Amino acid sequence: MQLLICGGTGCRASESNVLKDNLEKELKKRNLQDDVQVVETGCFGFCEKGPIVKVLPDNTFYTEVTPEDAERIVGEHLVKGRQVTDLLYTDPEKKEKIADSKHMDFYKKQIRIALRNCGFIDPENIDDYIARDGYQALGKVITEMTPEEAINEIKESGLRGRGGGGFPAGLKWELTRKSQADQKYVVCNADEGDPGAFMDRSILEGDAHSVLEAMAICGYCTDASKGLIYIRAEYPLAINRLKKSIEQAREYGLLGDNIFGTGFNFDVELRYGAGAFVCGEETALIHSMEGERGEPTVKPPYPSVSGYKGKPTTVNNVETYANVPVIINKGAKWFASIGTDNSKGTKVFALAGKVNNVGLIEVPMGTTLREVIFDIGGGVKDGKKFKSVQTGGPSGGCLTEKHLDTPIDYDNLIASGSMMGSGGMIVMDEDDCMVSVAKYYLDFTVEESCGKCSPCRIGNKRLYEILDKITKGEGTHEDLDKLRNLSNVIMDASLCGLGQTSPNPVMSTMDNFWDEYIAHVEKQECPAGQCKDLLRYEVVPENCVGCTACARNCPVNCISGERKQVHEIDQSVCIKCGACYEKCKFNAIRIV
Amino acid sequence: MSSVKVKLKEKDIARIREICKEHHNNEGELINVLQKTQLHFGYLPAEVQEVVAEELQVSLAKVYGVVTFYSFFTMIPKGEHPISICTGTACYVRGAEKVVDEFKKKLNINLGETTPDGKFSLTGLRCVGACGLAPVVLVGEKTYGRVSPDGVEDILKEYQ
Repeated sequence: MQLLICGGTGCRASESNVLKDNLEKELKKRNLQDDVQVVETGCFGFCEKGPIVKVLPDNTFYTEVTPEDAERIVGEHLVKGRQVTDLLYTDPEKKEKIADSKHMDFYKKQIRIALRNCGFIDPENIDDYIARDGYQALGKVITEMTPEEAINEIKESGLRGRGGGGFPAGLKWELTRKSQADQKYVVCNADEGDPGAFMDRSILEGDAHSVLEAMAICGYCTDASKGLIYIRAEYPLAINRLKKSIEQAREYGLLGDNIFGTGFNFDVELRYGAGAFVCGEETALIHSMEGERGEPTVKPPYPSVSGYKGKPTTVNNVETYANVPVIINKGAKWFASIGTDNSKGTKVFALAGKVNNVGLIEVPMGTTLREVIFDIGGGVKDGKKFKSVQTGGPSGGCLTEKHLDTPIDYDNLIASGSMMGSGGMIVMDEDDCMVSVAKYYLDFTVEESCGKCSPCRIGNKRLYEILDKITKGEGTHEDLDKLRNLSNVIMDASLCGLGQTSPNPVMSTMDNFWDEYIAHVEKQECPAGQCKDLLRYEVVPENCVGCTACARNCPVNCISGERKQVHEIDQSVCIKCGACYEKCKFNAIRIV
Repeated sequence: MSSVKVKLKEKDIARIREICKEHHNNEGELINVLQKTQLHFGYLPAEVQEVVAEELQVSLAKVYGVVTFYSFFTMIPKGEHPISICTGTACYVRGAEKVVDEFKKKLNINLGETTPDGKFSLTGLRCVGACGLAPVVLVGEKTYGRVSPDGVEDILKEYQ
């Protein structure tokens, strides 16, 4: 028997490591430590209900398990063979307990390719990876295939870059292969900078070997003997697991010299990123690896021709690599049978925000936003009304109800005014002000712009200032025109992808939520009640019972009134913190 | 960026030199050198950067340029209990801004600052990858999930 415990960042933050210790202690107490194996795995994806514990072989899936539950899981389930029902997932609609995760709506529509091993193996044990066909693809490629054949397989699979660009991976490899040089490099971009996306880190934490294997395959295909992984220094767990995995692979002769006795040499090193969103752009990333400021340069030359230290370099994202071994093992045809015409395979999304089931999901390309948000995500939190979904992070856009039935792929998302990006997907409800959301993203872009080219450095700052003015009720129609014009200039004139896409949140919210901009400008109103400067809290006299909850919680003591009498808010003192609104149980505070 | 004036001790200078040497005094290793140096000192004051520049034979402007470019590097010492509030999008839509305001009010400092007694410092950080627990606050290594403005006082109490 096995107990699988999620050791991803989210579950660890909820003490899954303490839970693991407790389970081991309980097993020892009952002398079961040799019969039951406790395995810390990577992310199961269902972060909303973490920490997760899965019991094998019966596949019982326990949710929201606390360290104190260890005794019951061992005592009841393992010893007496009785499931601990209150730890099982409850279907929110049917109110039934579900024991096996494959029957949950959250997992039903998912197909896991890149995340195939996350939650199934011990990421710190190479034997677990090998037992699930690990390193088989590498063996096949270097002993049975020529580099050209392998590149062809990747090309035919239709695999496109999962980091956001969507450039065909096979083509990239071919370009590097054709470049002549004494030394070439394979680079893995693990500088996940999109706030709200955590798929790359989850893959590295849960299945680092799949990335190492793919990098070695890429090395063989492009004649590169050196691999470099550029990873955020803020990801200590992923770094740790990568280091261990690299060591194990070296011990097994799967990295290093003369791999599989074929004379092929390949080794991998880590390079740390120091926190700069722009370093997700490949030329900026390369400069950062060289110890410079992470500023992008004009392409061409592409890294495939002149990259790290001026040598031909293939740069792919973590998720792109994670797909490669499966494509080799199962064939390009199989992979290309999943997805839409121009977007093949699956995509991992970090589903977050105001959605019931926050988590990491992987669905075939062509799945609709509605299926993702409502079927898998379980709909909007607290029964609120769906308003928007933001895809593609700071470079993407905000989509609305009318886009819900659009099949998700690279081209459709761009046509809708957003983009795939790295796969962040943030759900927003009726309480979110779309002007503020645009401002939030611009605040991010202004901070992260490297400053090299002026449209991005100055233009985004101006966009931010105009948006700030609008959220304060000081915007004019002329400002709205300026927003649009300036956005177009920034998109056309910026040097790299950051500036070329940074106005997307502004443009898409203006296209889809024009009414909200108009309300801010013409009536100085924020329909969502988010913009502090535009709202006012008032007591609804008919509903107020004089319970004094608002007055007691007001941080500036601006609410007066006797017990059991209608209260009143002194508007001249009110700081609009909303504490009264949140504390009132009688709907007696309204926002106007 | 403002910085604190410090006088480096001989053994601190020796440690920086040692770190540079571990990286073969190679200018391409500047970021790795700075990372290790920051690990040792907790921050990178101008005096430390001067030694690094001298050892790697690059201009101080280049070192300063790199230090100020990356958010990971800081020229201000962090507090005894560094508080980081996730300001990623998932936390933002679940009310991180209000949590930030509450910390600012309670500690009377802004983001990027340290309290005068050196006890707490406050920073915003972009996505820790625990979006299921949004809004998320980190104090040192400890993670607090689903933090509301009301919960801020309790968190601070643990460290007072």
